[in-house]
Amino acid sequence: MATIELINISKKYKDETIIADLNLTIKDGSFTVLVGPSGCGKSTTLRMIAGLEQITGGEIRIDGKRVNETAPGHRDVAMVFQNYALYPTMTVRGNIEFGLKNRGIAKRERDTLVADIAEIVGLAPLLDRKPQQLSGGQRQRVALARAMVKKPKVFILDEPLSNLDAKLRNQMRTELIQLHKRLGTTFVYVTHDQVEAMSMGDEIVVMNKGLIQQADSPMNLYYDPANLFTAQFIGTPAMNVLDTRDVSGLMLQSESTVSHIGFRPERAQIEAGQQLDGFRISGEVMTRESLGAENIYQIKAASGVFFVKTFLEPLYEAPALSVVVPYEQLYCFGPDGKRLAGVKVQERQLAMAGGV
Amino acid sequence: MTVWEKLRPYGMVAPSIVIFSMFFIYPIFYMIYLSFYDWNFISPTKTFVGLQNFKDLLLDEDFRKVLSNTTVYTLLTVTLTTVLSLLLALWLNRKGFFHAFVQGAIFSPHIISLVSISLLWSWLMDPEYGLLNWVIGLFGFDKLQWLSHPGTALVSLVIVAVWKGLGYNTLVFIAGLQSIPSDIFEAAALDQSKPWTTFRRIILPMLSPTIFFLVIINMIGSFQVFETIAIMTQGGPVNSTNTLVYYIYENGFRFFKIGYASAAGVILLAIVGALTIIYFRLLSSRVHYR
Repeated sequence: MATIELINISKKYKDETIIADLNLTIKDGSFTVLVGPSGCGKSTTLRMIAGLEQITGGEIRIDGKRVNETAPGHRDVAMVFQNYALYPTMTVRGNIEFGLKNRGIAKRERDTLVADIAEIVGLAPLLDRKPQQLSGGQRQRVALARAMVKKPKVFILDEPLSNLDAKLRNQMRTELIQLHKRLGTTFVYVTHDQVEAMSMGDEIVVMNKGLIQQADSPMNLYYDPANLFTAQFIGTPAMNVLDTRDVSGLMLQSESTVSHIGFRPERAQIEAGQQLDGFRISGEVMTRESLGAENIYQIKAASGVFFVKTFLEPLYEAPALSVVVPYEQLYCFGPDGKRLAGVKVQERQLAMAGGV
Repeated sequence: MTVWEKLRPYGMVAPSIVIFSMFFIYPIFYMIYLSFYDWNFISPTKTFVGLQNFKDLLLDEDFRKVLSNTTVYTLLTVTLTTVLSLLLALWLNRKGFFHAFVQGAIFSPHIISLVSISLLWSWLMDPEYGLLNWVIGLFGFDKLQWLSHPGTALVSLVIVAVWKGLGYNTLVFIAGLQSIPSDIFEAAALDQSKPWTTFRRIILPMLSPTIFFLVIINMIGSFQVFETIAIMTQGGPVNSTNTLVYYIYENGFRFFKIGYASAAGVILLAIVGALTIIYFRLLSSRVHYR
């Protein structure tokens, strides 16, 4: 178990800066997920922790010890790769015990360790097979077993589920969560899939363009996004964002300029009538997706296109719909994309001037 | 289906089938046929002698010398080429101007004709005026006789063959190395694998198809060595560099013992054929493939 500290980390490839001045503390025993669009630097960050990528500046500490100059194998870190990176010429047993052999662990002890791990991940009958004789899910298990058998302080997982089909992915997701509970080791997990991040992580680091946008618990990310990027990255469908210049019928009282307002699709209520107080917006229904328990509408209003999600409600067939978003569910953002707190939202009185 | 549609595929492959039959299939069978006859190329009559040519060959001390020369030449050439080119490939398998330059430089002998190479090396290995003797003279060593001494002639030819083959073999090895995904090396680094362990347990097994391919191709090529011998030594001195194909050429086209030469040709065919069969057999069973 170990805390990982990244202090003023930067990474440059020739003239290109991938990461500039990144600071992050990954808590001991946490399941931390780095998430962001491709090219945001999340994998690079992960590989720098593992030691597979040299850092240009800054310091990495694992368990309080500076590891900048420590070789990958000596950082007490185990990694699960996206393509598993199994040794194709070795059997499953060979793959799992390779790291142990290199550490000079005696054969008898190795056999016990391999047998135990194989039992845990359900590979016991496959120990003498070669990786190419295994299915994707089984290879994934071998990769996990190879990492687990070393009993590392830190587990590093680089998009480990992206090569699996949807059903297997869900299954492995639960298994990974259980595994983390059982081992109590620090997990650092990289994914571009926000659903995966939200469902697995207890700490999520949202990254974009080499910068940390927000590092927080899943619930805080959802309810309290720090900026426009996080707001639009987390949630399915993403948060609806409208330019305040296109929006009418709202009065925003704030010390700084509000450039965008946003609301979650699941917070908008369809055909709520006059009794509900809130931001009203209506438009033509472009698409309807009915998934059974939930329905998603794409609506085109004068101020822009937005999504509405309903739960356990009948499907509205009308060509145009009007929705109400309670005022307290509106998020306001400044021109720099930062979330603005303390904005007072009111219905705009026709006779009143000012506001936006 | 019209007749034309049925015949079209055959029509398409006919030219290559004709050429293949005329220049490959027919000569092979004609050679096997001739190996049972005594013929001097000119006389209108061929005398059937059964297996006499083969019997004579196997009893001929020269032929046994030729076979052993060819085997020694092949083993030395193949071993040295494979080991050296693998080492070079491991060294050259990285980016950078210098490595690219060396790669190009060692590949260049591959595109030069063997006749030019033979002439060049004949000069380099000249005992009196050759560059090689001058260089070893600088280090205070005695001059070597190179191609003029039975003890060094065959090894000298091996040096030329290795020099010529190195570039191509290295290139194939580099391609093989580059086909190994980099994350496997990263996984090995995280598993505390030392360089030698990584080489022995990961690189070598994953290169086994490449190694096997090169060994067999080089063996087949070495068994058929001819040009360098014809130009540099003519089989001498005292038969020390006489190899199978040169022996066939001498008997067939200088002594006009066509039947005898054909019998030797059949033996060469059998050896190369056996190597090829071993190659495909082993390829399908023993060698690792992803």
